[in-house]
Amino acid sequence: MRRALLPGLLLLVLAASALAAADKVIPMPADHAFATLKPGPGVEVTRQQCVSCHSTDYIVMQPRGSAKQWDGVVTKMIKVFGAPVNDQDAKTIVEYLATQYGN
Amino acid sequence: MSDLCRRDAMKRLARFGALAAAGGLVGPGGPALAQDDPVLAGRPLVRYPEKTDLILLTSRPPQLETPMKYFDRAITPNEAFFVRYHVFPIPLEVDLATWRLRVTGRVDRPLELTLEDLKTKFPRAAVTAVNQCSGNSRGRFSPRVLGGQWGDGAMGNAEWVGARLKDVLAAAGVRQGAVQATFDGLDKPAFASVPDFVKSLDITRIMDDPDILIAYQMNGAPLPMLNGYPARLVVPGWYATYWVKNLSEIEVIDTVFEKFWMRPGYRIPDNACGCVAPGTAPARTVPINRMTVRSFTASPGPGTRVPAGRPVVLKGIAFDGGYGIQEVQISTDGGALWCRADLGADLGRYSFREWSATWTPSQPGTARVMVRAFNRIGESQGREALWNPAGYLRNVIEQVDLQVG
Repeated sequence: MRRALLPGLLLLVLAASALAAADKVIPMPADHAFATLKPGPGVEVTRQQCVSCHSTDYIVMQPRGSAKQWDGVVTKMIKVFGAPVNDQDAKTIVEYLATQYGN
Repeated sequence: MSDLCRRDAMKRLARFGALAAAGGLVGPGGPALAQDDPVLAGRPLVRYPEKTDLILLTSRPPQLETPMKYFDRAITPNEAFFVRYHVFPIPLEVDLATWRLRVTGRVDRPLELTLEDLKTKFPRAAVTAVNQCSGNSRGRFSPRVLGGQWGDGAMGNAEWVGARLKDVLAAAGVRQGAVQATFDGLDKPAFASVPDFVKSLDITRIMDDPDILIAYQMNGAPLPMLNGYPARLVVPGWYATYWVKNLSEIEVIDTVFEKFWMRPGYRIPDNACGCVAPGTAPARTVPINRMTVRSFTASPGPGTRVPAGRPVVLKGIAFDGGYGIQEVQISTDGGALWCRADLGADLGRYSFREWSATWTPSQPGTARVMVRAFNRIGESQGREALWNPAGYLRNVIEQVDLQVG
């Protein structure tokens, strides 16, 4: 009797723990390739620094702009959004963006 | 088309005519053909969890736009509802055994509510309301502005069911001197230095408005994760920035909350139009709030070929910031003659209002269908787009071009 019950009980326990683990779980799709950064000097630094917080579509969709616009954007990411980017990398990123996404 | 037509005042017409002649102006709205739409060009359709094919704006944090074909009806299906997150990582897992909605701060009885508590300890309330991103249509601003370059699909309309926020705050007992409540969700930035997405509302606004909900049901089903499972704030009439998703914390405070997403984020010029001269900065700003009047034609879609001499049914939706839509008009002659469309069922003053109209194109060639709405206090849409540096409040008269013949 006890033996017969055991598998059923186990199943119940397993089902209950599966329910308790999470009621909803979704996978996070990978960044889409449509917004891959254009090649050019500084592209690797730009990609590495920016993608720790957001996909590159946030960059490529923006209106084309001068070095002043991109300096403003990078400064905002560092000063306002607290992106941990050092001065040297920030300079490289601004130059890359102004060259590849300039007007 | 209905015979309830009227001609616009000559002054406005003359102004439009002069503008069109001067600047090669195509018309007041965005580009009228989908395939020519520079905002949507190159953006793939993607399918995220619990979602159907949506137009990708950004992968991470995800921003997904609803195709316009869904706006031929009042209710936007959950799977087609747009998605907009602010910080990464986003919540990918919720365990109801441990999920709690905490109510803290200047209250007599801090609360830790389970989803079951929300469903059983508070009266169940329902509202059908439009959820529209502040920056919907930002991609159409001219001169262009930085930010998410949305087309027009960062909006949707659903029946929301939940507990009234005022009932939850009353249960906690808001103390004398409380000024605002702040709202935080499960989305937490990767770095502590990144401002967490937290929004605030005035306590007086909350206690005066029985339609502000903590919603746990959307169109009769639990919320999709990407739309705020297990519960989100619903602030009917106000832009989606206040509708905090995956809600987990409410704090009652005795000050005006001014962290990043309330200031300097999500601000509009402090004047009647929320606008400034293009390319200029406002002297003073206020938090964005009530939505402006908008209307769209969803069917037939841009570029559709329709036969000359045969009636075509035009369909779309209109909405405003909570006064309710009074009238929708269409023009097929460039905005001289406007004819009243038929309105669909009234699902409440915060809802999309369906409209339809029958039109018989006479001449082969490109025909432009323009649509505008009026709400119950007479607010409407302009022929020229208003501008502000953040790309908010867009509500210019929209149009689609159809190919006749």
